[in-house]
Amino acid sequence: MTAAAMDINAAALRRDERREKLALFSLCAPASLLVLVIIVAPVGWLFWLSLFNDAGVMSLDNYTRMFESKSYTRIFITTFQVSFLTTALCVLLGYPLAYFLAQLPRRWAALGMLAVLLPFWTSLLVRTYAWLVVLQRKGLVNQWGMELGLWEAPLRLAHNLNGTLIGMAHIMLPFLVLPLYGAMKAIDFDYMKAAANLGANPVSAFRHVFLPLSLPGLFAGIIIVFVLCLGFFVTPAVLGGGKVIMVSMKIETLVDLFFNFGTASALGVVLLGLTLLVLFAAHKLLQLDRVLGGGHGGNP
Amino acid sequence: MQRIDALPIHIRAVTKTYGAVYALDGVDLEVRSGEFLTLLGPSGSGKTTLLMVLAGFTRPDAGSLKFGDAEVIRMPPHRREVGMVFQNYALFPHLDVAANIGFPLKLRGIDKNDIHARVESALATVQLQGFGDRRIHQLSGGQKQRVALARAIIFEPRILLMDEPLSALDKKLREHMQIELRRLHEQLGMTTVYVTHDQREALTMSDRIAVINHGRLIQLDDPRAIYDHPADPFVANFIGESVLLPVEIIDGKPCYRGRPLQVAAGHARDDKTTPGALLMLRPERLVFMDDARADAAAYNRFDGVVGHAVYQGENFVTYITLDDGHEVAVRSVSRKQSLAAAPPPGSTVTLGLHRDETALIPGHTAAAGNNNNDAETNRGHKP
Ligand SMILES: Nc1ncnc2c1ncn2[C@@H]1O[C@H](COP(=O)(O)OP(=O)(O)OP(=O)(O)O)[C@@H](O)[C@H]1O
Ligand SMILES: [Mg+2]
Repeated sequence: MTAAAMDINAAALRRDERREKLALFSLCAPASLLVLVIIVAPVGWLFWLSLFNDAGVMSLDNYTRMFESKSYTRIFITTFQVSFLTTALCVLLGYPLAYFLAQLPRRWAALGMLAVLLPFWTSLLVRTYAWLVVLQRKGLVNQWGMELGLWEAPLRLAHNLNGTLIGMAHIMLPFLVLPLYGAMKAIDFDYMKAAANLGANPVSAFRHVFLPLSLPGLFAGIIIVFVLCLGFFVTPAVLGGGKVIMVSMKIETLVDLFFNFGTASALGVVLLGLTLLVLFAAHKLLQLDRVLGGGHGGNP
Repeated sequence: MQRIDALPIHIRAVTKTYGAVYALDGVDLEVRSGEFLTLLGPSGSGKTTLLMVLAGFTRPDAGSLKFGDAEVIRMPPHRREVGMVFQNYALFPHLDVAANIGFPLKLRGIDKNDIHARVESALATVQLQGFGDRRIHQLSGGQKQRVALARAIIFEPRILLMDEPLSALDKKLREHMQIELRRLHEQLGMTTVYVTHDQREALTMSDRIAVINHGRLIQLDDPRAIYDHPADPFVANFIGESVLLPVEIIDGKPCYRGRPLQVAAGHARDDKTTPGALLMLRPERLVFMDDARADAAAYNRFDGVVGHAVYQGENFVTYITLDDGHEVAVRSVSRKQSLAAAPPPGSTVTLGLHRDETALIPGHTAAAGNNNNDAETNRGHKP
C-alpha cells in the first residue's frame, strides 16, 4: 500500500520542480548573456591578440619578452608597490575614520559618511588635477608651509611616488571605509559590555573583541582597494609625473604610441592573472584566519 | 568549582530617569549575602535598568550602591568583578567555547595551563564536557546559555547577575535550566540577582522576590509570602491569578456583602492604617462547598451561578458568576471523581474559602491594577 501511495503524483511533482528550476534560471539568463558578451568575450579576444607577435605570427613572444626584459619586471614591481602602499595608507587613515563614524550617533554618522562619499560625485580626473594644484611645487601646501616657516624649500609632493600615493589613497579611501563601517556597525554593543563585565578595560575590550570582529570588513576593504589599485591609471599618470609607471600606463603607451596590441594584450592578461592570484590568496588567507580565530582567547 | 565567598549588596535611593520617565524611582534594596534574589515586574518596570546599574553599564542620577562595605556606584564596569549572563548571552562569535569561557581568566593574566584546567572544570560544572572547541554558532540555545553561565562564573565573582537568561528557551528546557541554575547556586553560593518577568520562574527559583513596578520596589518577600500575602492589589494581580472583592469594615470586622468574613488569626489587618480592604480569591484556593465537610464551618461562603468550564489537562477551571456580578474561577484537579462531581452550567453553587487561606489586601478595587480584567467589572463596587 505504501509503495503505491508514495507514487501518487510523484512524476508530476518532479516535473513541476524541474519546470520551476528552469523558470528561475531563465530569469537570470539575460544577465548571464550580458556578462558573456561584455566580459568573457573581450577577455577572450584580448588573450587571442596576445598570442600574435609583432610580425603577426602566432607565438608566445609577447610573454617571453615580458619575462626577459627588466623594464617589464620593474613595472610589475612598481604596480604592486604602489598598490600595497596605497592600501596601507588607506588602512591607517580608514580604520580610525570608520571607527569614529561607527561611534557617532546615527545623524552625525550619516553626515560623516556623506563627507566620505562626496568625492565620488566629482570626476576622478577633476579630483586628481585638484591634487596637482594642491601638491605641486608652487601649490597650496608648499605656499602655506613656507609662509608659515614650516619648511624652507618646496617639498616634492607631486610628479613622483608621494603624489601618486596621496592621490590614490584619497580616491580609494571610501572603498575601504564603506565595508569596514558596515562591519563595525554590525558589531553588537553587548559584546563590548560583556567584555567590560568580564574585566576588560576599554583598550583590551577593543583589542580582544572589537578589532577581531571588525577584521572581516577590513579584509573586504583591503581586497577591494588593492585590486582596484592594481589596474589604476589616471591618478598615477597625472600625479606620478612619469616617474611612477604602472602596468595600465604601459599598456596605454603601447597601444597609443606603438599600436602594439600584442604586447599590450599580453600585459593585460598577466595583470589579470596576477589579480586573480591575489584574490585567490586572500580567499585562502581569510579561510585560514577564520580557523585561527579560535585561538584568540588564549586556549590552545 | 569551589564554593564562593559571597557579598551582600546594599542599594540605596537609586534613581534613574530617561527624560520624564522614571526607570528607577528611589529604589532601596538589600540583597543578603549568598541569596538568590529575583527582580520580578512587568515589561518596562525597570528590572533591566536596575541590573545594569549593578553591573555598571547604566549611570544612575543619584543613589548609593555597595558591594559588601565598598561603595561602587562610580566604579567602571570592568573593575566591579560581578559575573553577568546577558539576555542574548553575548558570547563572542570569533572565539570558540573554551576561549569564551577562558576570556576573563586570560584578561587577568592567568597562565595558559591554569586557564585550560579551570575551563575544563567550568565546562563540567555546566555539564558541557567536550564542547571546548565548538564554535558558538554550533551550539543550541540551551548550550549557549550554559556557556554564558560558565563564562560568568569562571572568575569566581562574588555576585552574579542574570537578565532573563532563560527567556529564549522553550518551556521544557527552561524548566530544566531553572533547576540547574538553582543547583549551581546551591553549589557555588554567590549572591545572585536574577531578572525575570515570568512569575512562575520567580516563585520556583528565588529565596526572595523583589516585585518592581514603575521603577519602584513594591514588595520584597519570600515566594510564599509574596503569593499568599501580596502587599497590594498590583502584586496580587501580577503574581498568580486572583479576583479582588471589595470588603467593608463593619464594627472593625471585615465583611463581604454584609456577611462577616472569617480571617486566620494573625492575618487580620490593622484597620486604622489603611482605609480600604480587598479580599483575594485565588482559583486553586476555592472549593465547591459540600456541607458534608467536617470543617464546613471554617469556610467563608460565596454564592453564584456556574458559567462555562475549561479543561486544561492536569486541572480544569470552572467560571462562576457571584451574586454581585464578579466572575471568579475555581481550579480543580482533573480526576475522575472531581470531573464527574463538577456542577453543570447554569446551576447555582456555593463556593468555599478556608479561613486560613483568606487573605485581605490593603487598597481599593479601582487601584487593583490592570492585569486582571476583573478590575473593569469591579469599578463602581468601591466599599
Ligand atoms: N536607553 C533608554 N532610553 C530611554 N528610555 C529607556 C532606556 N532604557 C530604558 N528606558 C525606559 O526605562 C523604563 C524601564 O526599562 P527597563 O528596560 O529597565 O524595563 P524592564 O523591566 O527590563 O522591561 P522588560 O521586561 O521589557 O525587559 C522603560 O519605560 C523604558 O522605556
Ligand atoms: Mg529587561
